[in-house]
Amino acid sequence: MSRHSLCGSFCFELLATLLRGFCTVKNFKFTRQHLLFSLMLVAVLLLPFVTDALLGRGWVRIVDFAMLYIMLALGLNIVVGYAGLLDLGYIAFFAVGAYCYALTGSPHLALAFPMLFPDGLHLSFWLVVPLAALLAGGFGVLLGAPTLRLRGDYLAIVTLGFGEIIRIFMNNLNAPVNLTNGPQGISRIDPISVAGVSLNATQDVFGITLPSVHLYFYLFLGFAALVVFVSHRLEKSRIGRAWMAIREDEIAAASMGINTRNLKLLAFAMGAMFGGVSGTLFAGFQGFVSPESFSLMESIMVLCMVVLGGMGNIYGVILGGLLLALLPEILRHSVVPLQQALFGKTLIDPESLRMLLFGTALIVVMLYRPAGLWPSRVRRRELESDETTV
Amino acid sequence: MSNTLLELSGIGKQFGGLSALSEVSLHIRRGEIYGLIGPNGAGKTTLFNVITGLYQLDAGKFNFNGHSYQTAKPHVLAQAGIARTFQNIRLFANLTALENVMTGRHPRTQAGVFGALLRNRRTRDEERASTERARELLRYVGIAKAHQTLAKNLSYGEQRRLEIARALATDPLLLALDEPAAGMNATETESLKALLQDIRSTGVTVMLIEHDVKLIMGLCDRVAVLDYGRKIAEGVPEQVRRDPAVIAAYLGADDE
Repeated sequence: MSRHSLCGSFCFELLATLLRGFCTVKNFKFTRQHLLFSLMLVAVLLLPFVTDALLGRGWVRIVDFAMLYIMLALGLNIVVGYAGLLDLGYIAFFAVGAYCYALTGSPHLALAFPMLFPDGLHLSFWLVVPLAALLAGGFGVLLGAPTLRLRGDYLAIVTLGFGEIIRIFMNNLNAPVNLTNGPQGISRIDPISVAGVSLNATQDVFGITLPSVHLYFYLFLGFAALVVFVSHRLEKSRIGRAWMAIREDEIAAASMGINTRNLKLLAFAMGAMFGGVSGTLFAGFQGFVSPESFSLMESIMVLCMVVLGGMGNIYGVILGGLLLALLPEILRHSVVPLQQALFGKTLIDPESLRMLLFGTALIVVMLYRPAGLWPSRVRRRELESDETTV
Repeated sequence: MSNTLLELSGIGKQFGGLSALSEVSLHIRRGEIYGLIGPNGAGKTTLFNVITGLYQLDAGKFNFNGHSYQTAKPHVLAQAGIARTFQNIRLFANLTALENVMTGRHPRTQAGVFGALLRNRRTRDEERASTERARELLRYVGIAKAHQTLAKNLSYGEQRRLEIARALATDPLLLALDEPAAGMNATETESLKALLQDIRSTGVTVMLIEHDVKLIMGLCDRVAVLDYGRKIAEGVPEQVRRDPAVIAAYLGADDE
């Protein structure tokens, strides 16, 4: 392993170590790519402040939600993009994670088991995250196991059913024991705190005043970075290659010594884990969960992010997640004022326009960019030609 | 170590009422090139699918390298040392040639999720070795230049070669080729023949299904002939060619 001693500064060292994870250049040199990456990092770090100043605090919250969607899309990308298993019930894992924290981090359990937990079970968020990841992963295997022989449309139908089953369970598990509080959902979920500092209040960090939404943004950013890191490492590994081989041709993959059963289950479990972790973040951020957040429409939305952005490409999926999470909000804020200005009254409701634009966007993308807005191969080609010219 | 690598005795495979294979017995010796011929629908590919685990056999014994694999899954047989190519090429179309071959290293490498995430020294070494071996194999089959080309963009002949390279990447003891020369012209067939002879000289046993009689005669040490799911002849190519049962199977018997 080659050591680089370009700069003695600890910060740079740290950044360089991080960067090395993202590039396979052996002898580390601060190339244009790294400069670009650093600039992007600074831009992302400043994003909540810029958004706050330009658009208002409400938009920072919207950006926070976009981060959650990006994490979800990256999780689904493992199942759909890498392993090629069409999953239409992905939001179920998000629900599992969210309810996991909602139950263990709120006074709600006092209702179901007053003897056992008189005040509810207030587990630390950081304890619930690995638990939720494991539980969601377990559900992933549970969904994967009976569907091993299915592909394409048939798999989509079963996973769709699974997603609905989870949602209906959440909706109805308020009797005989009130576990999920049914359609009313669970409220008063503990806010997430980092090192004893609650993220639900404005905090001063190093003399900078950070409102709650900003704090959550940085937390989500950290988790999203972790998810990107894991996806990236998996993609460029023996496991990732095996997944792609299964996606391309399952019979040939099996004949090349790939245990297709285990690897498909692994893909389901990994994807579900990402979903579960984002679910806990969602529950902590909202302070409230109810079954209606986990409808089929949400699953389809996340799938659209993956497909629109570029299946199997991390950057494409991030782009897709960002676009589709922000688009409805942009419409909501622009369509009504625009119509008022033009016609003096609101002709089309932004919600219906949203679906119209969505459909159109998907059709256009499928026609002109069937591999997504940012497909994986193009990117790789670019990187390779860069490497040879450098 | 016994001299016999693959031993099949009394193999039977049925699809509903159709008996695709019945009472097929054969043994393949280490280091030989063994040909499997027969008219269309004779059960050659079915036999291949049985020995690579894609089909489970209904009757008979299947021993490979001293172990019994009666109900083994494809990946177990690949691990055990049987690698194959397909009659209708089955590459990983959207992966590069290099990645295709690297995928073949799967049963001979270890790295799991944690290895992939930590990318520790062992994983990196393994990954480097896989890449190295894959490049070497691409060079070996003569398509080194195309290593970054997507498999689907390769020419037909290159795809056939890539499939062989991918199979060789699993370090097989037995390489099973399903019509490797199909669709090739005389020159290509000739160079394929040289490649197969070279593969054999590295100690890999080769089994192939082929329709090109010239290739079979010039290449194989022994040949078996299947017809309607039964083995009707076996022996050195010259002897098989003159076998009346074989001639009848191909040209039709006129004495009935």
